[in-house]
Amino acid sequence: MAIDATGEAEAAEGMPQLDFSTWPNQIFWLLVTLVVIYFVLSRIALPRIAAVLADRKSTITNDLAAAEELKLRAVEAEKAYNDALASARTEAAKIVAAAKAEIQKDLDAASAKADAEISAKAAESEKTIAAIRDGAAAAVAEVARDTAAELVAALGSTVDAKTVTAAVSARLKG
Amino acid sequence: MATNGEEAAGGLKIEPMEQFTVKPLFGDGPIEWYTPTNVTLWMAIAVLALVGLLVLSTRRRAIVPSRGQSVAELFYGFIHKMVEDVAGHEGLKFFPYVMTLFMFIFLSNILGLIPFSFTNTTQIAVTATLALLVFFTVTIVGFIRKGPGFLAMFWVSSAPLALRPILAMIEIISYFVRPLSHSVRLSGNMMAGHAVIKVFAGFAGAMGVASVVPIAAIVAIHGLEVLVASVQAYVFTILTCVYLRDAVGDAHH
Repeated sequence: MAIDATGEAEAAEGMPQLDFSTWPNQIFWLLVTLVVIYFVLSRIALPRIAAVLADRKSTITNDLAAAEELKLRAVEAEKAYNDALASARTEAAKIVAAAKAEIQKDLDAASAKADAEISAKAAESEKTIAAIRDGAAAAVAEVARDTAAELVAALGSTVDAKTVTAAVSARLKG
Repeated sequence: MATNGEEAAGGLKIEPMEQFTVKPLFGDGPIEWYTPTNVTLWMAIAVLALVGLLVLSTRRRAIVPSRGQSVAELFYGFIHKMVEDVAGHEGLKFFPYVMTLFMFIFLSNILGLIPFSFTNTTQIAVTATLALLVFFTVTIVGFIRKGPGFLAMFWVSSAPLALRPILAMIEIISYFVRPLSHSVRLSGNMMAGHAVIKVFAGFAGAMGVASVVPIAAIVAIHGLEVLVASVQAYVFTILTCVYLRDAVGDAHH
């Protein structure tokens, strides 16, 4: 089966692949190579790559689950925040209403008191005004009387004070 | 190879098939079954490339892969999905086997495109062995898993009764022709491309300045050959999966 270099050269004229003397050699080395590749793949490469792929898949799944959970927690936190905000608002509204009511009460009391004072003052002032008016009317009558008596005296007639007074009073009522 | 190039330059003596010759690595002695030859060398290089591609690149086992690890995962995912889709879930037991075939053929094809390299997959001895391995694996696994029921795939029960014996004959013949077509398809494709490149290279050596044309043609064909190298590895592997489905899958003929 084994051929020398000249035989090889002759085989090269046609198709060297059909030189069957080299077949056992090729088949032997092919089988060795295939066995080596098979063991490298099945013992090292393929399990390793499979493990990496599985790892990655589980990591991604876990990360997605974690993200989902975090999202849920965020939603919960937002809800809690909104609840707190709403209750704080109601509380504030209550406090505002209470304060308003108190202030209104105080205000009402104060204005009632002020009204009372004002009406008291007004009544007093009216009284004073009435007194002043009466005083003024009396003073006017006095002055008229005196003036009339002086006029009468100046005109040269005598008349008693009573008559003058009566006449002036009648006139003033006039 | 270098001497051949000189010869071509001298008298346009193109030997496109010389590159497929199996030679001993050391000396000129006879080729015994154990002699280290250029076949041995390039198969060893293929193994080293495989280790680099699938083992060294994945040694960090990163969750976020490096470029090398991405490539390794790509190969893994590609073949894993092919086996699962074509051979079925049961076929996944043969995933390391199919992966071995694919990686060996793919790396041999690609390494063969390096100038002055030797392409294992152009050798009919190699592709025939690969195809016969698949053939015997499918046949043996089929009989182990299904017993005589494996023969039912030759008896097309969906055809009219009168036609069934004829179809059975055709099915049986095509079953036994499978290793032939399986192996010759691969080696023929690989051989043709390499021979064409060699012929153009011979022209380039003899044409002087005008050799720009054949060199451009070589570049173009080389690009095409990269495609052919990948596609033929894919075709061989997917046919293996199709045959495996006969052995492990449900009868569906």
